[in-house]
Amino acid sequence: MTLHPGRGFAAINYPIGMNLGGDPSQALVHSTPDGKFMVTLSAIDLGQGMKSVTRQIAAEALGIPISDVYVDTADSDTGPHDMGSFASRGTHRMGNAVIRAATEARTQMLEAAAEELEVDAADLVTDGKGNIHVRGAPSRSITVADTAVAAQFKQGRTLAGRGIFLVPLSDVDAETGEMTPVSCFAHAALIIDLTVDDETGVVEVTNINSAYEVGRALNPKLVEQQLIGGAWMGISHALYETTEPNYPDRSHGPEDFNTYLMPGPGEIVPHHISILERPAPDAPYGGKGPGEMCANPVLPAVANAVYNAVGVRCDSLPITPEKILRGLKANGGARPQGQPLNTPGGRR
Amino acid sequence: MAKTPVTFTLNGREAATFVDPAANLLDVLRRGLGDLSPKYGCGQGTCGACTVLIDGEPHLSCVTLAETIEGRTVETTNGLQDSAGLHPLQQAFMDGFAAQCGYCTPGMLMAAKALLDRNPSPSREEVIDAIAGNVCRCTGYEPIVDAILTAARAPRRTG
Repeated sequence: MTLHPGRGFAAINYPIGMNLGGDPSQALVHSTPDGKFMVTLSAIDLGQGMKSVTRQIAAEALGIPISDVYVDTADSDTGPHDMGSFASRGTHRMGNAVIRAATEARTQMLEAAAEELEVDAADLVTDGKGNIHVRGAPSRSITVADTAVAAQFKQGRTLAGRGIFLVPLSDVDAETGEMTPVSCFAHAALIIDLTVDDETGVVEVTNINSAYEVGRALNPKLVEQQLIGGAWMGISHALYETTEPNYPDRSHGPEDFNTYLMPGPGEIVPHHISILERPAPDAPYGGKGPGEMCANPVLPAVANAVYNAVGVRCDSLPITPEKILRGLKANGGARPQGQPLNTPGGRR
Repeated sequence: MAKTPVTFTLNGREAATFVDPAANLLDVLRRGLGDLSPKYGCGQGTCGACTVLIDGEPHLSCVTLAETIEGRTVETTNGLQDSAGLHPLQQAFMDGFAAQCGYCTPGMLMAAKALLDRNPSPSREEVIDAIAGNVCRCTGYEPIVDAILTAARAPRRTG
């Protein structure tokens, strides 16, 4: 029995959202009588943090504290239309819609404040702490809360905004077929180190190194969390998960968590992440969002690392011990492909 | 069907209710007593989302007969926070971004509390062992393990 070390690499360019027929998201923002602001979306937070990020974006665009913003999601009866939470589009599409809605609401907020202060709205600024004051004269101020109360009960004015973000459908060049299906790409590269046991076919991932370019990381801890959790899902897809282990034979399929294989807390792999921030021009405050690409590059990198370790090329997922053993048998044993001398875990 | 009266201690307070034969504790807590903190995941005792403490030990409430808790003490995530604020585990989970969708979090918190109550300074391996019965699909477990270790190092609260 020999444990063969292997290293695999994968790089991806990942499209943010889609554009086949347009890809709109809408947002509504309105003030409550106590000077808070509600963001209404039909998109849903799947746990990736969209609610937190759209809340940050709305607070930034309105110029008020994050604690004064609420985000209501996922009711397509009462919320404005949205294509949905998929295609890694949440931060980019919904974030842009929220900026537009919040900007319109901010304009009305400043007009209401200007009426109270008897100044020109163009001379007003927000301090991000819940106050509106005359530029250069902080003492000439009114709170956002008092502004909302005045607008609601005295001026009879709404502090509200509508926002939509649509990437228009791209024309197709009749001669070349060329088009622009995607306006914004995120990028990643990922290296997997693992060992393959040539007697049992068992793969153990030992280390992950990755670099992600996600535009501006609007919430760096959420980005890191999503990348770590997503890579775990990628490993799970690459090595463990299937509902049809003998496809196309439907037998022996898992029926519950006892028989559906997934890595657990005992299979945690060290993951070293470099987040590169190159703010995208058409993204909300430059943030593209990591989305699905947090899992995707892991699968080919694992497949490449298995090939590197024992010379078995698996072209179906998951890469099970059985597939590796069959490949080893067909090859007449392990055929390590070798690694550069200067890499950790390189040729011994 | 005759209902059975059950009296037990829920998060430090006396709780009394009537339960159907074969009713499980999760249903009684959620529907009967309105404590929605334990989550319904798989319903067959394999995911850990419904974990509660019974007399200090972690149990899967979805496969625990409600009648068996007569006279016993049940703790859920709802009881973690007291007048002094968040439990150190809750604080560490929040500070360490140890939840994404959050569905597994109550079960993780209770499994972790059972561990820290009997072993205030666990090793990383002991933490992993303690949550081995709890499935999380978002975080990759690492932030959860880190948060539990952080909570173990946090100053002890009195009372």
